[in-house]
Amino acid sequence: MKQSKRDIINGLLFISPWIIGFLLFTLYPILSSFYYSLTDYNAISTPNFIGLQNYVQLFKDDLFYTSLYNTLYMIVIGVTLIILTTLIIAIALNDKRLKNVSFFRVIFFIPTLVPTVILSILWIWLLQPDSGLVNTVLNFFHIPGPGWFASLTWSKPSFILMFIWAGGNYIIIFLAGLQDIPETLYEAVEIDGGTIWHKIWYITIPLLKPVILFNVITAVLNIFQSFAESFIITQGGPNNTTNFYALYLYQNAFLYHHMGYASAMAWIMLIITLGLTLLLLKTSNWGKVA
Amino acid sequence: MEWIKKNDVIGKSILYLILIILSAAYIVPFLWLLSGSLKTTQELFATPPVFIPKKLQWNNYVLALTDFPFLLYLKNTLYIIIVNILGSVISSSLVAYGFSRIEWKGRDAIFLIVLMTMMLPFQVIMIPQFLLFQKFGWIGTFLPLMVPAFFGNAFYIFLLRQFFMGIPFEISQSAKIDGANEFQTFWHIIMPMAKPALTTVVIFTFLFRWNDFIGPLIFLNDNNLYTLSIGVQQIMSANDPRWTILMALGVVMTLPVLILFFLLQKYFIQGITFGALKE
Repeated sequence: MKQSKRDIINGLLFISPWIIGFLLFTLYPILSSFYYSLTDYNAISTPNFIGLQNYVQLFKDDLFYTSLYNTLYMIVIGVTLIILTTLIIAIALNDKRLKNVSFFRVIFFIPTLVPTVILSILWIWLLQPDSGLVNTVLNFFHIPGPGWFASLTWSKPSFILMFIWAGGNYIIIFLAGLQDIPETLYEAVEIDGGTIWHKIWYITIPLLKPVILFNVITAVLNIFQSFAESFIITQGGPNNTTNFYALYLYQNAFLYHHMGYASAMAWIMLIITLGLTLLLLKTSNWGKVA
Repeated sequence: MEWIKKNDVIGKSILYLILIILSAAYIVPFLWLLSGSLKTTQELFATPPVFIPKKLQWNNYVLALTDFPFLLYLKNTLYIIIVNILGSVISSSLVAYGFSRIEWKGRDAIFLIVLMTMMLPFQVIMIPQFLLFQKFGWIGTFLPLMVPAFFGNAFYIFLLRQFFMGIPFEISQSAKIDGANEFQTFWHIIMPMAKPALTTVVIFTFLFRWNDFIGPLIFLNDNNLYTLSIGVQQIMSANDPRWTILMALGVVMTLPVLILFFLLQKYFIQGITFGALKE
């Protein structure tokens, strides 16, 4: 047998677990969910083909728009704040004038390690309107604290605060990116009489751009599919202000048993995430390796 | 010159001050959880809040471990984790080997599909997966949370593939000259060298399953099969949840992850930063 032919057979043999898994647990679900999205199906009786009615229905569903708006709010405002905060912390941690920053680095990272369920329970307590820690601190400065998760205006910002606190991954990735920037570039700015702001604006940000983009896209994807936090803390309330896309999809599927309708939502989600993934492939290191 | 030096000292102090204030904001919620776990119910609900409990209620921990089926849920969680680690390590390394150490036509094109599936949200495939597992009669068993692990995970495949690529190809060549076939080369030569990358796979599999909420929520509709995540959520959503016990459970569930992190920091960082930077 020719070597190249033997290599193909060996190669396919080695990757065969993935091929089977991909066909069975990824490709088949994606394709069949498209089929389900064209049916009326409650998971018990046989699916009833109804064409594009689920999609038409979706665009008439106020709650669908609400969930889309809520998720968009989290993506636009939430991701911006998460990336800004973690970037500022990373830049501060990377400052060469500081010694022994590993202590701070650990502190900013460890909230990421709190399991999602515990994270949710902890933040319910931190943001309790009366006896919560955050409002106690605000009261100390004579600032009346809002009702946080129970408030129509503050429920989404509450989630953003929690996600910022648990955003240590982004800090670690920023730090790794910052460490790759050659020190000589900063020295050049110094020789030209530039300040710290010149360094950040003309060296750090431009050179860190691919890493910032990576973090932005992964943050968008993470927020888009975050489910457990809103399921545990608010169940979508108050008045659906925290009914996010992933939660509404779950409710349609497993609470109301509208499998077809939920599948239509899943397909819209698939198209959006595929777009984002392709963008990530084009802009990050991922694309270079294949 | 004098001025620059002085300016530097001020800048440095401001930087330290910012970091200290921010890190206080980051660490206090942890202390809040810890102190909450040692309070009485009255202290927990008190306004203004009690920071340090009058008498440390270690009994909350005893109750968390006895009044709540903690050991059963822990056993279930660990069982799922161990099987997942086994499945992930074996399958993902085999697949990664096929994508890196053997040269074959179409390999990199297929690998692109692996990358595309890496960020796929679970919500996109959960409904058909649920219906499929229902057909298999697997709902209410651990199987939906374990079997897929034996078919490779995109992220682990990517991570291991990159690691395998970095191992000099002369090593494989000399093994083959000595008569080793492809599998023997994989098992005896490459795998022992891949321990650092495999450690990262083990850690991330542990973290993923320790945390996983939506999987157990959908697939395990039997109290006796609950994992810790879902079990804790169940007592939280009960009519009259015992918050002091929940705080204690919070500490108990976070501690193993923290310990693991302090022991194996390097591998955590490796896994998190993987793929984010250009080489």
